[in-house]
Amino acid sequence: MAKVLVFIDNPGAAVKKSYLELLTLARSLGEGAVALNGELSDGVAAAFAEYGVNTVVRPSAQDLDDFLVAPKAAYVAAAAETTGAGIVLLDNSPEGKEIAARVGIRLNAGVITDVVAVDADGTAHKSVLAGSYNTACRAKTPVSVVTLKANNVAAEPAPVPSTPETVTVEVPAGSTAAAARITAREQKVASGRPDLTDARIVVAGGRGLDGDFGPVEELADALGAAVGASRAATDAGWISHDAQVGQTGKTVSPQLYISAGISGAIQQKAGMQTSKVIVAVNKDAESPVFEIADFGIIGDVFDVLPQATAEIKKRKG
Amino acid sequence: MKIIVLVKHVPDAQFDRHLNGEGYTTDRDESILSELDEYALEAALQLAEARGGSKAGNQVIALSMGPSGAVNAIKKALQIGATEGVHLTDDALSGSDAAATSLALAAAVRYLGQSSTVDLVITGMASTDGETSLVPAQLAERLDLPQVTFASSLEVSGGRLTARRDADTSSETVEAPLPAVVSVTDQINEPRYPNFKGIIAAKRKSITTLSLADIGVEPAQVGFAGSWTAVTNAEERPPRTAGTIITDEGDAGIKLVDFLAAQKLL
Ligand SMILES: Cc1cc2nc3c(=O)[nH]c(=O)nc-3n(C[C@H](O)[C@H](O)[C@H](O)COP(=O)(O)OP(=O)(O)OC[C@H]3O[C@@H](n4cnc5c(N)ncnc54)[C@H](O)[C@@H]3O)c2cc1C
Repeated sequence: MAKVLVFIDNPGAAVKKSYLELLTLARSLGEGAVALNGELSDGVAAAFAEYGVNTVVRPSAQDLDDFLVAPKAAYVAAAAETTGAGIVLLDNSPEGKEIAARVGIRLNAGVITDVVAVDADGTAHKSVLAGSYNTACRAKTPVSVVTLKANNVAAEPAPVPSTPETVTVEVPAGSTAAAARITAREQKVASGRPDLTDARIVVAGGRGLDGDFGPVEELADALGAAVGASRAATDAGWISHDAQVGQTGKTVSPQLYISAGISGAIQQKAGMQTSKVIVAVNKDAESPVFEIADFGIIGDVFDVLPQATAEIKKRKG
Repeated sequence: MKIIVLVKHVPDAQFDRHLNGEGYTTDRDESILSELDEYALEAALQLAEARGGSKAGNQVIALSMGPSGAVNAIKKALQIGATEGVHLTDDALSGSDAAATSLALAAAVRYLGQSSTVDLVITGMASTDGETSLVPAQLAERLDLPQVTFASSLEVSGGRLTARRDADTSSETVEAPLPAVVSVTDQINEPRYPNFKGIIAAKRKSITTLSLADIGVEPAQVGFAGSWTAVTNAEERPPRTAGTIITDEGDAGIKLVDFLAAQKLL
């Protein structure tokens, strides 16, 4: 049976959904081990057992968070060697991909990012060129490194829980020598809304909101949705850059994407056109977003959004 | 300072893009300088200009790996303001994945560092074709240099660089000694356009062509042969088609909710 190593970075008190998805995928591919960075809290230990993890690897060094990427990659590669992993799984965050990149070089292993599914034989599936192609690819090397996009595997506990053993792996000496040091970190305030990358519904606003994201936020809250934005809206400072959807923002593929006051430039479409259902509200009938909308409304966001919000509240009672 | 900017010649995203032939590589007709690399070039030019520009000996070298057409990306970079161009080109490079690309680029950077030390390698945050962001990190690993990726600001003084980067739950300030590999986001600056003077000046700037033999890389280490991943299948997704479009007559918000209810999305 293949050995699979999952990297889990600072889970805190509870393992988040995207990591549970990784653990579920790992189990479908072989025997799962975890390379953990950070505290092993009781909640996290319980989740590892529930998800059938065999081995929990912990680093010898405590200061991996003080540096950018390099020492974490050195640790994950060392953990893969110790556990004899043939597949290394990471999340698809920018940092997850970069750690994967360097783990690949350290292990002479092919790296595949943005993966939505992995077959039993190791073939990985992903879409490329802004969602215009579905592709299958494989690592040709004995070890492969895969980063999995959130929301594509249903997280499921193991039929039988495990009792994982814990081992410590030496973080290779010198891995911090040529690493950038993180000298300050400012925590951002959490919005309380679902996470943009794995939300089931996204309501996104653009320049058409003219500085007032209220109608977008209210509709999002009525739908239990995450809030997204075009670059024009984030550049204008109306909403934080984290909300940007698109080529240089986040890629989302929710069940429903509501685009409000967004023209639908190619860079915006790149981040949202794999959504299941797309709704667009825009004053200008010529806006390119209407070419891809399942339901388009030529109208003013300040009329349509509040009316829809009120109607949803009415129907939900 | 001696700064190498990596520039890539990529299919223009304004047009339909296609995967073709052996290994499903991208069709490179209608290619342009990757727009995300313009931010890297701008960042390099600003650092060089703050130190007296090319007259004071600052070099901004635009390095591109790619087939013959890639020279166009280098020419554009020269028009924008790079001081010289380097084109790494060899038939054996075709089909290189990130691992093989970073191997060849690392060898090219080492080669360019023989005459005098390279202080910085600056790249865009991702190519607009492959979009993996793997190459900057892999280059740093191969060159054993600090990596400072997704920088949204960049300052250099006293042989050290300071950058900011935005993660989801925090923003970070990072510091590293030079030399280093840096990738920059589209938040870092406003790239300039080539002007008439720049276009004329570019004609006198040199472009050096390098082959694999020049940089000491074997053909088997790159291309399809040297890649660690292979694309085994690619299927074009049917393009999205427009659905129902209505004009608001005072009740579009309600019709929107009707639509959501019919789609079971409420
Ligand atoms: C390198 C690069 C990377 C980029 N990355 C991204 C990215 O990741 N994400 C992204 O979104 N963009 C990105 N862009 C920018 C992109 O090209 C567009 O400029 C941007 O998406 C436009 O945002 P917008 O649609 O909100 O604004 P506009 O293009 O100005 O469109 C506003 C729309 O709102 C409509 N409108 C105005 N008022 C109302 C109203 N009251 N009611 C209804 N409709 C109204 C208008 O008809 C118009 O269609 C990038 C650009 C570059 C060069």
